[in-house]
Amino acid sequence: MDVPPTKPGAAAIEMQAVAVSAMRDQSIQVAEGINWTVAAGDYWVVAGLQGAGKSDFLMMTAGLMPPAQGSYRLFGEEMPIFDEARLNHRLRLGLVFDGGQLLNHLTVWENVALPLLYHESFAETEAHKEVQKLLVALELAPWAESTSGTMSRNWQKRVGLARALALRPEVLLVDTPLTGLDLPHVNWWLALLDQLSKGHPLLQGRPVTLVVTAADLRPWKGRAKQFAVLKNRRLAVLGTWEQAEAAKGELLDEVYE
Amino acid sequence: MEKGNASALDCPQTRLVFLLRRVSGQALAHSLGRKFFRFLLTVQGLGAFAMITLGVILRKIRTARHLIWPLIFQQTARAGSRLLPMFLFLAVALGLLVIGQTVSWLTRVGAINFLGTIMVIVVVRELGPLLAAFLVLARIGTANVIELGTARARGEVEALEALGVDPVHYLVVPRVIGMAVGVSALTVYLILGALVSGYLWAFVQDVPLRPGEYFRQLAGALSGLDFALLAVKTSAFGFIIAIVTCYHGLAQPLRLEEVSAATVRAVAQSVVACVLIDALFIIIYLAV
Repeated sequence: MDVPPTKPGAAAIEMQAVAVSAMRDQSIQVAEGINWTVAAGDYWVVAGLQGAGKSDFLMMTAGLMPPAQGSYRLFGEEMPIFDEARLNHRLRLGLVFDGGQLLNHLTVWENVALPLLYHESFAETEAHKEVQKLLVALELAPWAESTSGTMSRNWQKRVGLARALALRPEVLLVDTPLTGLDLPHVNWWLALLDQLSKGHPLLQGRPVTLVVTAADLRPWKGRAKQFAVLKNRRLAVLGTWEQAEAAKGELLDEVYE
Repeated sequence: MEKGNASALDCPQTRLVFLLRRVSGQALAHSLGRKFFRFLLTVQGLGAFAMITLGVILRKIRTARHLIWPLIFQQTARAGSRLLPMFLFLAVALGLLVIGQTVSWLTRVGAINFLGTIMVIVVVRELGPLLAAFLVLARIGTANVIELGTARARGEVEALEALGVDPVHYLVVPRVIGMAVGVSALTVYLILGALVSGYLWAFVQDVPLRPGEYFRQLAGALSGLDFALLAVKTSAFGFIIAIVTCYHGLAQPLRLEEVSAATVRAVAQSVVACVLIDALFIIIYLAV
């Protein structure tokens, strides 16, 4: 994928006075007054309870809907981007949905190959190599011919991650990756996101900017670099873990004991 | 009725009748008005969806060929070749229905030489295309709504958008092209089968009609316009069924429990649309 040149000094994600609508009904606002900057290489965890608007916030950040108000820039370019001439720019950002959101009628292999076949016009044989690398790295090779209906949530989420990584994004948004997972899978995700943040061989050692949402901050202590909480329709930016702990109070009570 | 000088209008029963008439009249007007506006909004939505789909077909026909063209072939097979056995049965039945009903009357009035003409008018111009369209709607159109509606409800459309895959290009275009081609091809197959089976049924009923004479009648009743309009009409049927069913499955955010209602709406609107297109073609036939 050809990556357009980044404007010098631009942050990866920059929001000013942004309001977020609900994806299912854009007349409902779930958050407002968001001022937030994510620098390239950051590793953010945005915590919030169920119903706080984490998924809607992430979908707006991924460019699936426009902000209800305010300005949102991705690498200096105004978002959302719907025109195809600038699609490559939007695809510098990848999104992993909460349940994986796999295409039910496709196998794991076909799900992961889909973006490669669509954008990079790979023939199936060419896509095979790329997809095989991803499946092996994420321990999904035994599931290659399975459909999502035959897999548990643990594995569906991983396939969603593999599919998002297929286009080698520079920013990865991950919606509540640990929800509903068994402990071994939780540890696997935490370790993999660490590696992605520092540079994973799958992406030629390039660090990925991560934004992860979570309902519980405890697993992220000592892993993520910056923290924020989505509560009462506001995004409260807490900063580092030490700053978050110092700010412990009403904001953190429900997401960190 | 009150006693004394009270007028009839002051009677409680009369007031109640007038009130009910006014309320039901207003309610009826409101209901009709709401239905009319909903109809206009639906037509607007469908029209916009059709335009978007045509635009995507024209702009992106060469995009992601390795992925999209196999899907087009798949959908064409689904809306075409996989329905051949059922259509063969229907072709035989259609031939019987038309011949069975007409042959005895034509023989009585000595008009058996009009058998071919009747087959052309009834089967080639009207019943054949409509029957093919309705059967494809029942088998494939309903499946479209259910598949796309379920995909919408499960968030698969958002997943495609997040990957930069145009949902219309990936989900709708193969279905539209597949159904347009499928309905056209199946209609020709149905018509040919009905014409042949019609003659066989006439033979079984001892109608004094040689095969050569039958096919001469058919050829005499058919014109170049029939072929041209048949191709356009059946493609239009396939196109409109695909557009309506894909629209109801895809265009609105749906919950899983709303998919069945969307399917029923799509079928009803597809039937109406096909009948309206058919009426338009009747006008064209009569005008030319």
